[in-house]
Amino acid sequence: MTRLIPLREMILAGAILGLLLVIASRFSGFVAPGNLVNVFNDTAPLIILALGQMVVILTRCIDLSVAANLALTGMVCAMINVALPELPISVILVIAALLGALMGAINGLLVWKLAIPPIVVTLGTMTIFRGVIFLISNGKWVNSHEMSASFTGFPRAEILGLPVLSWTAVLAVLTFALMMARTPFGRSIFAVGGNPHAAVYTGINVGKTQCLAFVLSGALAGLTGYLWVARYAVAYVDIAGGFELEVVAACVIGGISIAGGVGSVAGAVLGALFLGVVKNALPVVNISPFWQLAISGSAILIAVAFNARAGRTKGRIILKSADTSS
Amino acid sequence: MTDAVTSAQTPVVSMDAITKTFPGVKALDQVRLDLYPGQVTALVGENGAGKSTTVKVLTGIYQPDGGTIRIDGDPVRFAGPKDASAAGITAIHQETVLFDELCVAENIFLGHAPRSRLGLIDTAEMHRRAAALLAEIGAPFDTYTMLRDLGIANKHLVAIARALSVDARVVIMDEPTAALSHKEIEELYALVETLKSQGKAILFISHKFDEIFRIADRYTVFRDGSFVGEGKIAEIDENALVKLMVGRAVDQIFPERTVAPGEDVLQVVGYSHPTEFADIGFTLRRGEILGFYGLVGAGRSEFMQTLFGITRPSKGVCKINGAIRVIRSPAAAVGNGIVYVPEDRGKQGAVIGLPIFQNITLPSLGRTSRAGFIRLAEEFALARQYAERLDLRAAALDQDVGNLSGGNQQKVVIAKWLATQPQVIILDEPTKGIDIGSKAAVHDFMAELAAQGLSVIMVSSEIPEVIGMSDRVIVMRDGRIAAELSGDELTPETLVRHAAGITAAPRLQEA
Repeated sequence: MTRLIPLREMILAGAILGLLLVIASRFSGFVAPGNLVNVFNDTAPLIILALGQMVVILTRCIDLSVAANLALTGMVCAMINVALPELPISVILVIAALLGALMGAINGLLVWKLAIPPIVVTLGTMTIFRGVIFLISNGKWVNSHEMSASFTGFPRAEILGLPVLSWTAVLAVLTFALMMARTPFGRSIFAVGGNPHAAVYTGINVGKTQCLAFVLSGALAGLTGYLWVARYAVAYVDIAGGFELEVVAACVIGGISIAGGVGSVAGAVLGALFLGVVKNALPVVNISPFWQLAISGSAILIAVAFNARAGRTKGRIILKSADTSS
Repeated sequence: MTDAVTSAQTPVVSMDAITKTFPGVKALDQVRLDLYPGQVTALVGENGAGKSTTVKVLTGIYQPDGGTIRIDGDPVRFAGPKDASAAGITAIHQETVLFDELCVAENIFLGHAPRSRLGLIDTAEMHRRAAALLAEIGAPFDTYTMLRDLGIANKHLVAIARALSVDARVVIMDEPTAALSHKEIEELYALVETLKSQGKAILFISHKFDEIFRIADRYTVFRDGSFVGEGKIAEIDENALVKLMVGRAVDQIFPERTVAPGEDVLQVVGYSHPTEFADIGFTLRRGEILGFYGLVGAGRSEFMQTLFGITRPSKGVCKINGAIRVIRSPAAAVGNGIVYVPEDRGKQGAVIGLPIFQNITLPSLGRTSRAGFIRLAEEFALARQYAERLDLRAAALDQDVGNLSGGNQQKVVIAKWLATQPQVIILDEPTKGIDIGSKAAVHDFMAELAAQGLSVIMVSSEIPEVIGMSDRVIVMRDGRIAAELSGDELTPETLVRHAAGITAAPRLQEA
């Protein structure tokens, strides 16, 4: 398997390492193991959502509703915890994943059965999900003192020095890596995005595959919704506002082609880590966090320009002279 | 009539010894074509005879490699479509190239709209002139109508008005009646008469013999990119024209096949579709190659898509090995041993971005998986087996399929289908657009598949291929089976006659 870590991902990994070195040269504390764990933990929700978004983008779709899904599921979990403080966390986790998957299924079915463009569908559901949070919560916050200790403690509990939130991200990465590389479903995702017409003739149901991608993305968003609310110990209408764009940005920086069919789990993870490092480093090096937006934006443009250049060399050779000379 | 004859002495446009070569294919070989003012010249030929290439040369889209185009006797060179248009040559295409979101007048004058003194479009003048053009051709709509609100026939009228707006002297109509109803065709004929009376030279491309004999004054016949004859329609009959068209003996060499077809594999009874085809029924036997011939638009590909489960039949039964099978999805078709290699290269193409071996195993992953996980060793072995069988030339099977040449990519696609171990393989125009050498390779391979007991359905518009490869041929016309031919009945003349719906067949009268 020569393509396990392709060139593009290597370059991105190099960029992240370079970034860490530059920061370390001025603030050596940033690269201390303890701080790196913090940075990773802080980036974990982005990594998890980027995995789901990656699958969706690979099938030539986009899911803008992930942050709203996260917020709604988080609110529901918080309200369940307030109403039933004795409910075990395992049940909450299942509810969060199922509720998220359900919202993903709504997106997926609209894209599959009604053939509405994904960007329109998820723009709509994004607004609807946020609206539903307002309806069920009456716009009120659920604060930490209303939540049970086990509810807020779960994502912060440490196993082998790493919080459960981080472990969830690690588990998600491993699961997705296995799924993309070793299951027929993973293969069909690449086929649907790479050449949907050929996929149809191969017996792959394109719409169904896209729908399942949305379900996966939704389930991850739901799961992250609980972890997010529990970690920050607060739930309100606007949590993770605008986070969906950060998720898409992570994918694009990670080399996942917005045209579908090209991308990897490693790319999505590295894209998220790049944004995570930038976000955490800026306050340390005393740059206004507002610069983060500009830096993320520049990274996106550089990544896309880079990918476009890489893709351009693959044209057909039409000139006879060019063919013989090469 | 005498008037037309005198004017016929000097052609408006004269193409002489035009040659156009594409890599590996000689599309036009020293062809000639003359168009006379006030006359309709029908350009006749099989698919691939070079008609479309001729139109593209004439409209400046292609530049010929050799030969001369003369206008009023003076040699000209068209560097691009603008030059041809300036010379008064205009084409109305099969799919009209117009803009749905603009109004009729804007469509007619797009690119050459009348300008006011300030350089802005003079809307009033544009509509006035457009209205005059519409009146001239008797169009039943006004210049403010949005194009999207018009039917296909009226869009043709707009295209014709656009042609007239640039003061065209030569109007090329490429299968203008293909999408029209009977009544609309009559209206088009009337319009052609109007254009004739205005002294325009008309090049009319059609496969339908009834309309050629109805409206053309002259004919020119191409075959395999060469000129084979021309003359006055009044001096030829349908049978002679068919002979000219298909004329030569089948000069390609097709593989010898000795295997006798075995038991029935696929039986189709009464397959119908609400709009595309009706009452299709046939039997396919083991090791048989069944050809499907017909004009473009006869419903062959549409039927194959239904057989493969992409669309659903409104009626009809499909039996595989004697048992009724309901095929409602491509996955079900593949599961029942039917695979389909579609015509469109883009559609049949490989999935760029997946390595070679993953392309080959894509439809067969069920067989190489255990408990939902792909066994990489088994997958690789399966891919290697079929790559070797097809003599695929690649450095390694895990390289990206995008790095392969076109021919090798096609091998990957065929390997993909063979790896599913199908019983029936549908090949839609398997040799369209490939050079002679590759064609022979595809033909040999098809014969080999049949010899190994695979049943082949071959949709083809190339008469030599249909006759040379098929055990039996089903001819479709207007969505129905027009004839089933085999043995001695299988001649170019009978194929064309059934496909074009020519009823007066001397052969049948003799019989």
